[in-house]
Amino acid sequence: MTNTNNQILEGSRAIALTIKKIRPGVISAYPITPQTHIVEDLSQFKADGEVDYEYVRAESEFAAASIVEGASATGVRVYTATSSQGLLLMTEVLYNIAGMRLPVVLTCANRGVSAPITIWNDHQDSVTMRDAGWIQFYAENHQEAVEQHIIAYKVAEQLGLPAMVNIDGFVLTHSYESVRIPSEADIKKFLPDYKPKKNGYLDPANPKTMGAFATPAHYMEIRQALHDDMVDALKVIIGEYQAYREIISDSAPFSTSKQLMDNGLLEYHGPKKAKTIIIALGSVAGTIKEAFERSNNVGVLKLKVMRPFPEQHVLDIIEQVKPQNIAVIEKAISLGAEGPLAMDIKTALYGKTKAKVQSFIAGLGGRDITKSMIKKIARDIEKEDDEVKFVGSVN
Amino acid sequence: MKNKKNKDKVLISPGHRACAGCGQMISAKAATEGMGNNVIVANATGCLEVTTTPYPQSAWKMPWIHSLFENASAIASGIKAALNYKGKHGEGRAKNIKVIAQGGDGGTFDIGFGLISGMWERGEDILYICYDTEAYSNTGVQASGATPWAASTTTTPAGTGKNIDAIGSHQNKKDMISIALAHGLPYVAQSTAGYPMDITAKVKKALEIKGPAYIQIMTPCIPGWKVKPSDAMKLGKLGVETGLYPLLEYIDGKLVNSSKIDKKVKVEEYLKLQGRFKHLFKTARGKKQIEYIQKLADENIKKYELKK
Repeated sequence: MTNTNNQILEGSRAIALTIKKIRPGVISAYPITPQTHIVEDLSQFKADGEVDYEYVRAESEFAAASIVEGASATGVRVYTATSSQGLLLMTEVLYNIAGMRLPVVLTCANRGVSAPITIWNDHQDSVTMRDAGWIQFYAENHQEAVEQHIIAYKVAEQLGLPAMVNIDGFVLTHSYESVRIPSEADIKKFLPDYKPKKNGYLDPANPKTMGAFATPAHYMEIRQALHDDMVDALKVIIGEYQAYREIISDSAPFSTSKQLMDNGLLEYHGPKKAKTIIIALGSVAGTIKEAFERSNNVGVLKLKVMRPFPEQHVLDIIEQVKPQNIAVIEKAISLGAEGPLAMDIKTALYGKTKAKVQSFIAGLGGRDITKSMIKKIARDIEKEDDEVKFVGSVN
Repeated sequence: MKNKKNKDKVLISPGHRACAGCGQMISAKAATEGMGNNVIVANATGCLEVTTTPYPQSAWKMPWIHSLFENASAIASGIKAALNYKGKHGEGRAKNIKVIAQGGDGGTFDIGFGLISGMWERGEDILYICYDTEAYSNTGVQASGATPWAASTTTTPAGTGKNIDAIGSHQNKKDMISIALAHGLPYVAQSTAGYPMDITAKVKKALEIKGPAYIQIMTPCIPGWKVKPSDAMKLGKLGVETGLYPLLEYIDGKLVNSSKIDKKVKVEEYLKLQGRFKHLFKTARGKKQIEYIQKLADENIKKYELKK
C-alpha cells in the first residue's frame, strides 16, 4: 500500500466509488438521510455513462429491498443502501432475503430511530436487525468501510448469505478522510465476477421454484441450516480478511504494535494485560483508542462483525488480557433490558471469567461521545454497581 | 434447453392442493397456457402459492419465486432489471424472457397496492395478473378492498343489528381497472373464471404488447363464496352476463373489447347461488341492497358499453 494512491474523500463517495468498482448488475434504493450521498453518486456515475448497472428507482425502501431481492434471485450481483426508518421498513424483506439465501449486500448509514425522530447517528437501526440472518460488519473509518464492502461481497457470494456494512451516519458518511480505493483490477482478482450456481437462480432453461412454504416437518431444519452457515461465516471472514491483505493491501491500514488480534472479526488495541477492556462497535472505537493511547491498564476491543457473533474470539482476548472489568459502550439499547452487545458479551463469557461486565449506553441520537465521557466510563466501571448506565455527559 | 418437461403446454401440474372446483386454479391454469415457456413468475403469498408449493414439492414447471405477500411486483421489477443487465452482457436470450407477477386481490388491491403503483410508474415490461376472489380467501375469507357491496365475509359478517354493519360489507369494491388505466398502462383487461380461453388469449396479448400490463380475473372461491364446487365456471359466466364483472380489454387506454349482453340477466341470478349473499334475500333491507347491486350492474353496462 502506497500513500500516493490515497485520496481525501467523503465517506459516502469512498463507498460509492468502491461499489462502482465492485460492478453490481442491479442497484435499487430509496433516499434517506444520511445514506443519500452514496446513492446520488451511484446515480451520477450512471448518468455520466461510467457504469453499466441497472439503477432502479424504488418508491420505498420496502420496494428497493424487494427489487434487489428479485434481481439477486435472477443471478446478478446487487446493491442497496439505506438507514434508520428505511432499514426498519425493509425488515420483512431482509428476513426473507436471508431465508432465501441470497447474497444481497447493503450499506446501512447508521442513524437513530423514531420517536422522537432524529437524523443523527446511533446503532439502534442495525442492531435491531441482528436476528435477521444478515452478516453485519461495522466500520471504524473510511478505509475499513471500503474494505468491508469488498469482503462482504466475497463472503456473501460464497455462502449464499446477505451482508450489511454499517457505517456511522454523518460521522463517516459525511466526513472527509484520507482513503485508498483499490483498483478495479485488484478488486476483481480478489472478488471475481459473480457466477451463481447452476440451478441456483431463476432461469427458464432450468425451472426452479424459490420460496416454497415449509410445514413443521421441514421449517426447523431449513432455519438451522441458515444458522449453521452464519456460524461458518466466522471462519470464512477470517480467511477472506487474510486474502484481502495478500491480494489488495499488504498491511492493515491502522495496525500498530499495540494490537494483539486483528482478524476481520475484531481487533484488540491496548496493553497485553489490562485492568479494563472497553468493547465497542464502529467509529467510536477510534475515539476510545485515542482516549487510552498512553494507558497501561485500559485496552479497546473493537468488534468489526456483530453477526455472526465472534464468541470464541472475544473469549480468547479476555483470557489473554485478563481484565477485571469489561465496559461495553453501545449506541443502542434493548429497551427495558440493556445494551444488546453487552448481553452477547455476557453470554460469551458466562462461567468463563470473573471479570465484571457492564452495559453503558452512549451517543444515542447523535450525542457526541467525548474522550472525557469514555474516561468517566473507565472510572465508573470500577464502582460496585453493575446496572445499565446512560452516559450522556461527564456529570 | 434440456428440460423436456418445460416443453409441456401445461406449466402448472395437476396434484396441487387447492379446493375442488377452485376458480383461481382454473384461471391460473388458463393463464399459464397463454404464457409460453420462456417466462419467470413472481407470485404473492396467497392460496395460489400455498396450494402449489409445499416444500419440497412444486406444481410449477417454470422458474417461479414467492417472496412475500405484498412485493410480487417489486420482485418482478428486480427480475426484469437483472434480465435487462444480462441481455446487455452476453446473455442475449435474457432479452426475450417474459416477466409476470401475480397475486390475489388482497395482495393487489390492499397490501401490495403501493408497490404495484411503483412498478407501473417505472413502465417496466411486466404483466401483473390479479386473481380476484373478492376476499382474503387464504386466511379464512376476511374482507378486502375487492369485496363487493353487501357480501358477508368473516370480518364483514351479516348480522341482526339495526345499523349498516348488519348488511355485510358496506364499502364499494375498489376500481382497480380505472387505477391501472390512470397509470397509462398500454394493456388493461378483465376476465372471469367462466371464460378460460378468454384468459389465455388475454395473457398472450398482454405479453405481446410492450410495457406494463394488468389483467384482473374474477375467480370464485368455493368456501369463501359458499358455493357448490361445480358452480365456479357458472358464476364466472353470470358475473359477465349480469354486467357485474364484464370481460374488458383496453389498449392504450381505449376500450377495444367488452362482453356484449344479449339479454340482461338480473343480479339475483348471480347472488342467489352464493352463501355470502344469502342474507340479502331474507329482509326488506337486504332486498334494498340487491336493488343497489342491480344499479351497480346497470351502471357497468352503460360505462363499458355492454349493450348489444
